[in-house]
Amino acid sequence: MSELIRLSAADLADKIHKREVSAVEVTQAHLDRIADVDGAVHAFLHVNTEGALAAAATVDEQIAVGEVASPLAGVPLALKDVLCTIDEPTTVGSKILQNWLPPYDATVTERLRKAGVVILGKTNMDEFAMGSSTENSAYGPTRNPWDLERIPGGSGGGSSASLAAFEAPLAIGTDTGGSIRQPGAVTGTVGVKPTYGTVSRYGLVAFSSSLDQAGPCARTVLDAALLHEVIAGHDPMDSTSIDAPVRPVVEAARQGATGDLKGVKVGVVREFRGEGYQQGVIDSFDAAVQQLRDLGAEVVEVSCPHFKYALGAYYLIAPSEASSNLARFDAMRYGLRVDGDTLGELSAEQVMSLTREAGFGPEVKRRIILGTYALSAGYYDAYYGSAQKVRTLISRDFAAAFEQVDVLVAPTTPTTAFKIGERIDDPLAMYLNDLCTIPSNLAGNAAMSVPCGLAAENGLPVGLQVMAPALADERMYRVAAAYEVARDAAQGGPLINRVPELEAISR
Amino acid sequence: MAEVMDYDEVLERFDPVLGLEVHVELNTNTKMFCGCANVFGGEPNTHVCPVCLGMPGALPAVNGKAVESAMRIGLALNCEIAEWCRFARKNYFYPDMPKNFQTSQYDEPIAFNGYLDVELDDGSTYRVDIERAHMEEDTGKSLHVGGATGRIHGADYSLLDYNRAGVPLIEIVTKPLVGTGARAPEVARAYVAALRDLLRGLDVSDVRMDQGSLRCDANVSLMPKGATEFGTRTETKNVNSLRSVERAVRYEMTRHAAVLASGGTIRQETRHFDESTATTRAGRAKETAEDYRYFPEPDLVPIAPSREWVEELRASLPEPPWVRRKHLQEDWGLTDLELRDLVNADALELVAATVDAGAKPDDARSWWVSYLSQQAKTLNQELAELPITPAQVARVAALVADGSLTNKLARAVVDGVLAGEGEPDEVVEKRGLKVVSDDSALTAAIDEALAAQPDVAEKIRSGKVAAAGAIVGAVMKATKGQADAKRVRELIIERCG
Repeated sequence: MSELIRLSAADLADKIHKREVSAVEVTQAHLDRIADVDGAVHAFLHVNTEGALAAAATVDEQIAVGEVASPLAGVPLALKDVLCTIDEPTTVGSKILQNWLPPYDATVTERLRKAGVVILGKTNMDEFAMGSSTENSAYGPTRNPWDLERIPGGSGGGSSASLAAFEAPLAIGTDTGGSIRQPGAVTGTVGVKPTYGTVSRYGLVAFSSSLDQAGPCARTVLDAALLHEVIAGHDPMDSTSIDAPVRPVVEAARQGATGDLKGVKVGVVREFRGEGYQQGVIDSFDAAVQQLRDLGAEVVEVSCPHFKYALGAYYLIAPSEASSNLARFDAMRYGLRVDGDTLGELSAEQVMSLTREAGFGPEVKRRIILGTYALSAGYYDAYYGSAQKVRTLISRDFAAAFEQVDVLVAPTTPTTAFKIGERIDDPLAMYLNDLCTIPSNLAGNAAMSVPCGLAAENGLPVGLQVMAPALADERMYRVAAAYEVARDAAQGGPLINRVPELEAISR
Repeated sequence: MAEVMDYDEVLERFDPVLGLEVHVELNTNTKMFCGCANVFGGEPNTHVCPVCLGMPGALPAVNGKAVESAMRIGLALNCEIAEWCRFARKNYFYPDMPKNFQTSQYDEPIAFNGYLDVELDDGSTYRVDIERAHMEEDTGKSLHVGGATGRIHGADYSLLDYNRAGVPLIEIVTKPLVGTGARAPEVARAYVAALRDLLRGLDVSDVRMDQGSLRCDANVSLMPKGATEFGTRTETKNVNSLRSVERAVRYEMTRHAAVLASGGTIRQETRHFDESTATTRAGRAKETAEDYRYFPEPDLVPIAPSREWVEELRASLPEPPWVRRKHLQEDWGLTDLELRDLVNADALELVAATVDAGAKPDDARSWWVSYLSQQAKTLNQELAELPITPAQVARVAALVADGSLTNKLARAVVDGVLAGEGEPDEVVEKRGLKVVSDDSALTAAIDEALAAQPDVAEKIRSGKVAAAGAIVGAVMKATKGQADAKRVRELIIERCG
């Protein structure tokens, strides 16, 4: 196995830009790795070998004449299959979009290309980003490189697994209720949900418009920050995009890496522990909090009394929006069409029904039904209306907390990775994965997960969640980067190096 | 039972209640939420993009010009303009609606609580109270082929054209209009006409009922004379002309009355107006009220027009049509009766536009109220819907004024334009309608005629000038009427002199 695949994105970029190694070589090394191990991991739904090598060659040509498109030019990346790509299918993990080739690039895709980031392929996900295990993908589950019998988190399990399997140094995820942070936590990688509205949603196939947010995934905090600055920024094509300068997250990550958190106030969310939390998760989290203290941070406990209603509110708002967002899949203009090509036999309406019946999986149907019900006349106020009120209360809890502290911390997930199949028949148990991540989606603030050790009972990764106020993303980068340095020092090197060797099983 | 009741009897026994919903397509350059061209027609599916096709991942961005038009319409209708309002999704499945929800406004319209004073034929005024005016997007168009009904059920196949999908619409809804009595049909027509004039004056829409840029749905119900509780209403769609608005309301009143008088009940339903029979037929039943599951559109941010902007728009509104009428009457020197005729013929704005395009007021007026009005009547079309523009009429008038056309030829040119043969100059060219003003061509024809009728020629030479009429007639015949008769006469006398 080439040593190139173990390098961070920052180190790869440095070598490529100094012409110590070509972007093509780096890309090829990762393509080889994918060919070797993705049969076992199944992180990718589509690998764009030719496109990736061509993009890498272009970067090499530019570098040869002294042009470096961005600090990440030439570095390969795995793109979640929820973002449109004009040169690769975009399936959202669903049969209903099998082989669909979008006529346009998402803004995030466009920004990556412009920055010279090499897109290796599209990663597996729970269908329409609905799930916490990637088991809801219509194309089969992705496996956790730490233990192939276990889930890699979801919905962005393909992106997180690709990082942990060293198939890519960078990935893009999308986070509606934790779909970047929870996979990050259970695969021992870094996952960031930027402030809502700071990364364009144009070309991101919508699950829940008011919650969806794309963000960077990486193996180090600095790599995530570098990617963050590539994809963030105002986009007139997305009306909810905030017209404000990109936050200085790279600078913050570098500052944090000096290991000094003096003057930083950290709040521990009191409500995020207790019943349902795995002991190893709590222990790792407490150790991390102690390390933050050791770095000079002032740690206090804060209470967010309404967070306990977040899960309930989320499972009304997200399905409601989804029921409407997914209405467009009607076999008329794109995607799957069942029995629609014989004239005179079935009406357009019947074709639509048959297509939706065949094209959507059970979890997607469950949420469409749930959302349709919650928006119905006579129920709207009790369900959707109440959920919006809870949302306001949660935002107020955050606002009150951020008056006292600079960042909040909590475990990212209550448990470590569970076994594939373990919770598939119990949607409520599955939904609990997102208990700690959902409040930040409802409030729209920034939040990230950074690895914080392995649980003693099973040796699986645990995630530390750092939350910052909206448009103060740099704060969490600083804290996470400082913690990362202290953690590596204490544990004798990066946790990710402890991922077991993967047996080569080609795709 | 009789299908309809005699109109006078209806009014003896019932009071009508009207409600009018008018959809106006704005004439912005681009669609409501994307950069596609907003034009009528075009090859199917050529004015489309990921946004208006509802492609996965595509997002709307509001057309600021459309918001401005909506506010101007609201202000012209004496509405309050919301300080803060949102779009909402109206969810229902239909293949010509790309997202299977319509981005519209629900309980937070941009404009509300207004009125429009409408002048009726007898010179009196009826105040139409406006409930709201809100913004939304149009759907595409579907054509269901095969099957008995032309509807989606039972069709062999359906064709979809998304060119219209996403075109900006303003829906203007009146409050229930009561106390109209016998004039209910007239109020309905006069309101739509007044609204059309108002919108045309604002230059926010083409307001072409025939092309669907102005569409009216008429809600009608009856209650027993003296009652206060409204009866069950029907909503008649597909009312594509002012005349149809009036006829549809009148028909529904007589139909409702017949049903109610015989002890029946009115079903709350959509009805379709049939132009050819001037009757309505039942459409979708609304007994199980459709649940559109409205909720605030999460892909768009609220619209909060500043009060400065509102006042700026208010200050820049053009004068209302009734004030404008007074001014035009003075400018053109019309009597009250002449003005009334112009207004009743729906020709005022057309004449004004023709005058703006360079025609003399009397010429412009003459064209629209006489020849073009006759043509409209013959074609059973509204005057404004005739396929000729004021600029084209002005061009024809100019050609007459400079002697290029006689009045007779000019009418032929207008016929050509109406027949879709192109611009007036093209019609002149194609039909060869120019006045023959080439003297040498005329003298040749004159010499021929004189040679053919030597006795007449002799009379003229002997001073009997009146005899020239026969030669003039022959020359006009030879030139197919395209010569200037006066000039022909001059030339004859010259040659016989």
